[in-house]
Amino acid sequence: MEGIGDLMGGFAVVLSWQNLLYMVIGIVLGVIIGVLPGLGGANGVAILLPLTFSMSPTSAIILLSCIYWGALFGGAITSILFNIPGEPWSVATTFDGHPMAQNGRAGEALTAAFTSSFVGALFAVIVITLAAPLVASFALQFGPAEKFSVFFLAFCSFVGMGKEPPTKTIAAMMLGFALAAVGTDTVTGQLRLTFGSTELLSGFDFLIAVIGLFGIGEILLTMEEGLSFKGKASGINPTVVWQTWKELPRYWMTSLRSCLIGCWMGITPAGATPASFMSYGIAKRTSRKGDKFGTGEIEGVIAPETAAHAAGTSALLPMLSLGVPGSPTAAVLLGGLLIWGLQPGPLLFVEQKDFVWGLIASMYLGNIVGLVIVLTMVPFFAAILRVPFSIIAPIILVICAIGAYTVHNNTFDVVMMLVFGIAGYFLKKCNYPLAPLVLAIVLGDKAEEAFRQSLLISQGGLGIFFSNGLVSTIMGLGLIALFWPALSNLYGRLTPARPT
Amino acid sequence: MSNSPDDSSGPRQHLVEVGVAAVMALLGVITVIGSLQVGIGWGAEGPKSGFFPFWIGLIVIVTSLYNLVRAYTHGSRKLFASWGEIVQVLKVVLPLTIYVGAIPWLGIYIASALLIAGFMRWIGRYGWLLILAIAIGLPVVTYVTFEMWFLVPLPKGPLEDLLGL
Repeated sequence: MEGIGDLMGGFAVVLSWQNLLYMVIGIVLGVIIGVLPGLGGANGVAILLPLTFSMSPTSAIILLSCIYWGALFGGAITSILFNIPGEPWSVATTFDGHPMAQNGRAGEALTAAFTSSFVGALFAVIVITLAAPLVASFALQFGPAEKFSVFFLAFCSFVGMGKEPPTKTIAAMMLGFALAAVGTDTVTGQLRLTFGSTELLSGFDFLIAVIGLFGIGEILLTMEEGLSFKGKASGINPTVVWQTWKELPRYWMTSLRSCLIGCWMGITPAGATPASFMSYGIAKRTSRKGDKFGTGEIEGVIAPETAAHAAGTSALLPMLSLGVPGSPTAAVLLGGLLIWGLQPGPLLFVEQKDFVWGLIASMYLGNIVGLVIVLTMVPFFAAILRVPFSIIAPIILVICAIGAYTVHNNTFDVVMMLVFGIAGYFLKKCNYPLAPLVLAIVLGDKAEEAFRQSLLISQGGLGIFFSNGLVSTIMGLGLIALFWPALSNLYGRLTPARPT
Repeated sequence: MSNSPDDSSGPRQHLVEVGVAAVMALLGVITVIGSLQVGIGWGAEGPKSGFFPFWIGLIVIVTSLYNLVRAYTHGSRKLFASWGEIVQVLKVVLPLTIYVGAIPWLGIYIASALLIAGFMRWIGRYGWLLILAIAIGLPVVTYVTFEMWFLVPLPKGPLEDLLGL
């Protein structure tokens, strides 16, 4: 197998002292970012991205992807000990994780959460290792119409699988496309939608949008809730870890199912948050102890954590092999690739073997390192959350501002960050999803380019999007996803309601 | 923070949603106008620059108008946030706005120190010793990390000029 050799080559790249150091720094920073309100995977990576401009792309992606893994791990700590989901995908972990902590089983819950996260991530990395090169070599034959159909499917998935109202998802997503269109038209080089403003010449940078929407917006929401952190002691020690590990294999079925749900939801960019909820819901329905869910069942921790990590990790598969990120954080990493001068997409596997396989190898190692770090350092991370919010908040605001400034060394970007922050607060409160908005800003130009090139080939006919089996299938799946809410609504009305 | 006297009154959810949808529809209109300015038809290189954003803008307008009507007729009548909560949010928005406006004049270091100190004193009512430690400590750490370690220059103001940094 060629893949195994490539992977070994990747390990050889990663196993240098420097890269291992970046890995540890990345994980620790990531957990801190995941624990703090207002800093999450996406904007944490966005803020630190400018610092990596001078690093080698491989070291940079190791550092940033490890921040991402760390943030995924960190969400569980706050959910279980403080009943505060540090990340949206750890909301489902609070349902059973926090009751466990209240019953004095915090150590058990944390061990189960971290181990499940690790299992989910490992499963997804194996999927990436096996599937990504195949998908990439397949995608090498894609023309503009096929490329557009993949974008189309990705965006329609948000409409079909999101829990927000479909019209709100579409409105937010299209607003993202409109923002992406501002500035220079990438096809003709013409300026558009700038209305004579010099600040808008280069358009809206999605990194600024991410820092504002997720960072500042989140701080405003936290402030409104007037949070006071009251946490439980972690009570984690080697005996508890060992006891829990002995118990975990019993739930292999839940783990496996959650892995599959997570991978599916991560690759079709529905993301980690719906994956964790779906996995929790299914586990609750199928478990023999389903009626006890919510009172502190360990299975209720395993299911969402496994799925969230599997989804978060597998979101990198379409990013690497197709250039279509499966989550906002994957989108930020994709932005990083562009800045480091790499072209994301199928050619990456041909032209940048060291980079791709270095990244994949670092996912294996990063998650092992991550598991060890979180298991041993929980009390330290929990202590960070005990720092009062009135100290943390201004520091996070300053960090966001510095992050926004360093993207282009431009103070106008800091103003835009504030605007995006206030917009993010209102959008979030009004139940508009932010992930499709951000992804549209990132992918807008590419999707438009593919669309216009297709039309150029067909001389304006939309038939090109259904001109062969492959493109018709992908477009068809996209249309099903797009109209899924309407279809299921119709089905619900046609079938008489059963008495419950 | 939940015991402020005006906790039961505040703007209603459906009205705020109407407002948000209206703003989004307006952005859609701006997109459509901008697209029409550069041309939405077929040019020498295929579809003109305004072609794609024109349709995007139209979809934003249509979905936002639907959201607007839907929010007005079916939206939740619950509180969007109580006035007390809105004051809490403004306690971040106002200092942050002043901070963002001050960065070009004072530089990011001084502005950050003032933001942290002001916030800690005003909201948290901490002692001056702790305030000074964090308000001066963080910019110094930032300076060392960014300017000396990663060689990323940040905006500076008159004080840094005076110190010759």
